[in-house]
Order: sequence, then structure tokens, then C-alpha cells
Amino acid sequence: MGLETKPLSTLHEKSSYDVADFAVPTGREEEWRFTPLSRLKGLHNGTAAVTGGVVVDVEAAPEVRVETVGRDDARLGKAYTPADRVSAQAYSSFEKATVVTVPKLTAASRPTVITLRGSGAGAAAYGHILVSVEPMAEAMLVLDHRGSAVYADNVEFDVAEGATLKVVSLQDWDDDAVHVSHHHARLGKDATFRSFVVTLGGDLVRLSPSVSYTAPGGDADLTGLYFVDAGQHLEHRLLVDHSVPNCRSNVTYKGALQGDAAHAVWIGDVIIRAEAEGTDTYELNRNLILTDGARADSVPNLEILTGEVAGAGHASASGRLDDEHIFYLQARGIPFDEARRLVIHGFFAQLLEKIEVPEIRERVLSAVEAELAR
Amino acid sequence: MSTLEIRDLHVAVGDKEILRGVDLTVRSGETHAIMGPNGSGKSTLAYAVAGHPKYTVTSGSVLLDGEDLLEMSVDERARAGLFLAMQYPVEVPGVSVSNFLRSAITAVRGEAPKLREFAKELKSGMDALSIDPAFAQRNTNEGFSGGEKKRHEILQLELLKPKIAVLDETDSGLDVDALRVVSEGINRFRASGDTGVLLITHYTRILRYVKPDFVHVFAGGRVVEEGGPELADKLENEGYEAYTSKAASA
Repeated sequence: MGLETKPLSTLHEKSSYDVADFAVPTGREEEWRFTPLSRLKGLHNGTAAVTGGVVVDVEAAPEVRVETVGRDDARLGKAYTPADRVSAQAYSSFEKATVVTVPKLTAASRPTVITLRGSGAGAAAYGHILVSVEPMAEAMLVLDHRGSAVYADNVEFDVAEGATLKVVSLQDWDDDAVHVSHHHARLGKDATFRSFVVTLGGDLVRLSPSVSYTAPGGDADLTGLYFVDAGQHLEHRLLVDHSVPNCRSNVTYKGALQGDAAHAVWIGDVIIRAEAEGTDTYELNRNLILTDGARADSVPNLEILTGEVAGAGHASASGRLDDEHIFYLQARGIPFDEARRLVIHGFFAQLLEKIEVPEIRERVLSAVEAELAR
Repeated sequence: MSTLEIRDLHVAVGDKEILRGVDLTVRSGETHAIMGPNGSGKSTLAYAVAGHPKYTVTSGSVLLDGEDLLEMSVDERARAGLFLAMQYPVEVPGVSVSNFLRSAITAVRGEAPKLREFAKELKSGMDALSIDPAFAQRNTNEGFSGGEKKRHEILQLELLKPKIAVLDETDSGLDVDALRVVSEGINRFRASGDTGVLLITHYTRILRYVKPDFVHVFAGGRVVEEGGPELADKLENEGYEAYTSKAASA
């Protein structure tokens, strides 16, 4: 094969609301090559029967406005245009969308929790959520995915000037669920966005968090934690598009894998466009492979089109538990299983501290605990 | 009263034989110094006895109070009463000193210490070694200086109260103040009860603070000379040259 000189940014240039603008993926495309298409249950080629159900339940902070709207609501799709076929399929197929608005200058007094509960993986369902944080407002949001479903959706986070949005997205599906999701954050001037993704359950989860900036001063922190068991395919595809000057982004994803055919995929694309001087970005992915037969694919891509960056870096490492760590703990009398548990906890500890909602932190902690006990 | 008995121990790393027949007996109440040049196999002895997977025991035996240590896993050896203070303690990311020590104490004593008592015990242990109490919340050995790591090893020694302690070059990389603090810790441990100490060192410096009862000179993977504290003085003056040439020609 010859040298590929095509800039990476063209990968993400195609965007459309129309499914027909995207060819049915074959698995040979760069953006689909890691995903087992046969397990998507037709989400990618239009053969999925749309009779499935995902019930959306919102428990909102009192300061926050929640609406369920139809497809024709003019606010939808403003912050994000689908960039692949499943995303476009979801956009053209959802019936009702959930719109969460945090009014200008308002600080929400408690987290708003959106629970998405699937009622079966027999048929597909599509969804759409728009979270609009108006200027100088602040809120925390939890997306809690449970049950069983074949589900594709788009989530728009529109964070206006000086506003702050913190999101925790839990993919805690049943074993047979299939979920393809796009989370896009559009950040205004001096806006702050914190995303914490936790993916534990599901047969196949492909989550694509992305960030764009409309004005300088935007600050995005994207954190992820995943635990992949035998047979699971958990894929996270990040894209941060620095197109304006003086914005910041930090991506940290860590995962543990155990069991036969446990498969993790992490793609970290960061583009620093020519006009994005003063960008400060770092992305990191670490995978801890606990058993034979598990596999992690980790691909960081950093494309820098300006010489004037404040900082730009990436790191990716996948490896086994460090024998020296285990030896040290065992040499102090700690049995192997407990030593292993301590080291894996340690691997995730720094991330877990970042979850600000105590109940969620506890839930993630006990979920990791349960995974280790398997 | 405890006894560590090492008999005709042969140890290899991969295909390379490092220890070539080591005999050594350490009883509680005794302090043995093992001295020798770099590469003589001193650390191999320490790690092999503790059960590090890199080292293969090809023949010989190691008994602690008659129990075969070589049949035990690393953690079983520690719970049986063996302790290894490491020359290069590893950093364990995300595991706090406090959490680590509590897990170790729970494992060795067979029951979890009450939180309040543990906090008290930890604090007095840290005070005695002039360790900043803030270290309890730091990740184990992460970002510790050489001296801080060694103090932390001795803190574990004092908390876990083993029957036999193997101290692998605990003195290396310490300045005089840290050496004194660490030596005081070792001496407190020695005075605390029926405990034996196997002190591995390259230099005689630490022996001014921790007085050995026996000195063994190690070269070429075995003990080549044994004696009392006076042997250390001889090494101080003459160095290891006599032994290294002897080992090379053996």
C-alpha cells in the first residue's frame, strides 16, 4: 500500500441529515472497520424493524425546563449534523425528542437524570435528546441507559457563552443490547463541558462523543471508563475539532478487559485547524487486559494544522497487570485476588474521583466491583 | 522463637544460575548481615526466599519454623511471618498508603483492624519514622523520594511484625539523617520481640547503627566467609577484592 496523505479531517467532513447521503457501510471503511456490522441488527443498513421501545423518563432539577417535542421542532439538529449513516438513520427515524433547557443565568440545584429504559432487543428504536444550556447557566445531567434495546440516537449538548454543563452517561445495558450513539457538544465562548462516560453493559455499544467550538475560551474535558467482558464489543470514538483559537480539550479514557472475545475500541481524533492558534489539548487511552482472548484497539490521531499551539499530545497504552505491583502487594500478605482487585481499583481510582454525583460514583464503583467478582 | 533455615539453595534466572548452594540459618533474636559486591547474588537470595516469580529455585530448601516456604505462594510466605524490605519498592498507582497498609495488616493478622485503632497505630508508626502524615493519603510509593520509600518499607516492617525480616539494601541511597531514622526503626523492630533480621548490604555504614551478630560474605552466588562483627571491620578496610578474585577462580 502507498502512503496515505489524505488529511484525517476529511474523514469527518461529510455530514447530512439524510440517510441516503451515506452508503451502507461494508466494514472496509476506516470508521467502520472495527465494528462487527453483523451484530448491529440492521441499524446500519435500514433493515431494522422500528417497533422497539425505549422509554425516556426525566427527573429534572426544579430550575430546568423539560419538553417532549415532535420532529418538526426548529431547535433540533442545530448543534449537530449527523456524520455517519447510523446517526442519520436515527435523526430521520425518531418520533419524539426530549429537550432539556437550563435558562440563562440559572444554576441547577441538583442533577437532572434522564433514564432510558429499553424493553427488548427484538426490534430497533431511535431517539433524540437536546440539552440546551443558556448563557451563564450551570447544570449537571445524568443519562442512564438500562434494560435491553437495539437503539440508535443523537444527543446534542448546546452549551452557550459562559455556561457549564457536566454530563455523566452510563451505558449499563443488559447483555443483549445494541446501542449506537452520538454525543455532540457545541461550546460557545468560555463555555465549560465535562463529560464522563461509563460503559459496562450491552452486546455492542458504539458511542461517539464529539466536541466543536464556536468561539474562543471553550473548555472540554472528556473522561471515560469501560469494563469489557467476554463477547462484548465496546467502542468509543472521540472527535475534538479545534476550529477557533484558545480553546482547551482533555480526553482520558481507561478500560479493563476480561474474557474471551472481549473487544474494546478507542479512537481519539483531535484536529487543530489552521485558525485554532493557542489550542491546548491532550488525549490518553489506557487498557488493562486481564485475560487471554481479550483485545483492545486503540488509535489516537492528532492532526495539527497550525504551528501556534499551547500544547498538544496524546498517549495510548494497552497492557497486562504489572507483575511487580502484584508481587509487592502479595509480599505484604495480601492474597492474589485481593491484590489484583486493589491494582485494578487503583487503575480506575483517579477517574472515579472525577464523578461528582456520589450516588453515581458509588454505583460505578460497585459495578466495577461486580465485574471483578465474575 | 523462630528459625529460617536455608539449605543448599540453588536459584536461576532463566538459564543462568545465580545462587550456587547457599546455607544460612537465622534465629529470632539474631541479626545477620550479608555483605558482598554487586552481582554476587545477595538480592537474588532475598527475592527467591520471598517468592518473586522471576527467580526459579532449582534445588535446596527454605524452611520457616519447619514449614516449607518454597511450597507457598508469595502472600502465604508473608502471612507465615516472612517480610522483605525491598531495595526498589514499586509505585502502585491509585492505591493509597492507608488503603494498602490496612489491606496488608488485615491479611497478616487475619482480621481487619478497627478504623480508629488503625488510624492511631498508623500515626504513631509514621511519627516514629518522621513520615509526614499526609503520606497516608498518597498513592503507594508514587513520587516518594528514595529515602521516603525506605522509611515506608520500615513502617510496614514495624506494623506487620514478621518473625523474620529480610532487608535488601535498605541503606542504599539514604543520607545520614535518613539512615539514622531507618536504623532506629530496625532497632525498634529488633527490640520488639522474638524476631530475626537478615540485613543485606553492600556497605558497612549501616552496621554502625544496626549491630550484627553474624556477618556473611557473599560472592559468586554463595557464602564464602563467615564471622562476627569484626568481619565487617575487615571488609571496611580491605574491600571485597580478595573475595571476588577467589570466586572468579573457584
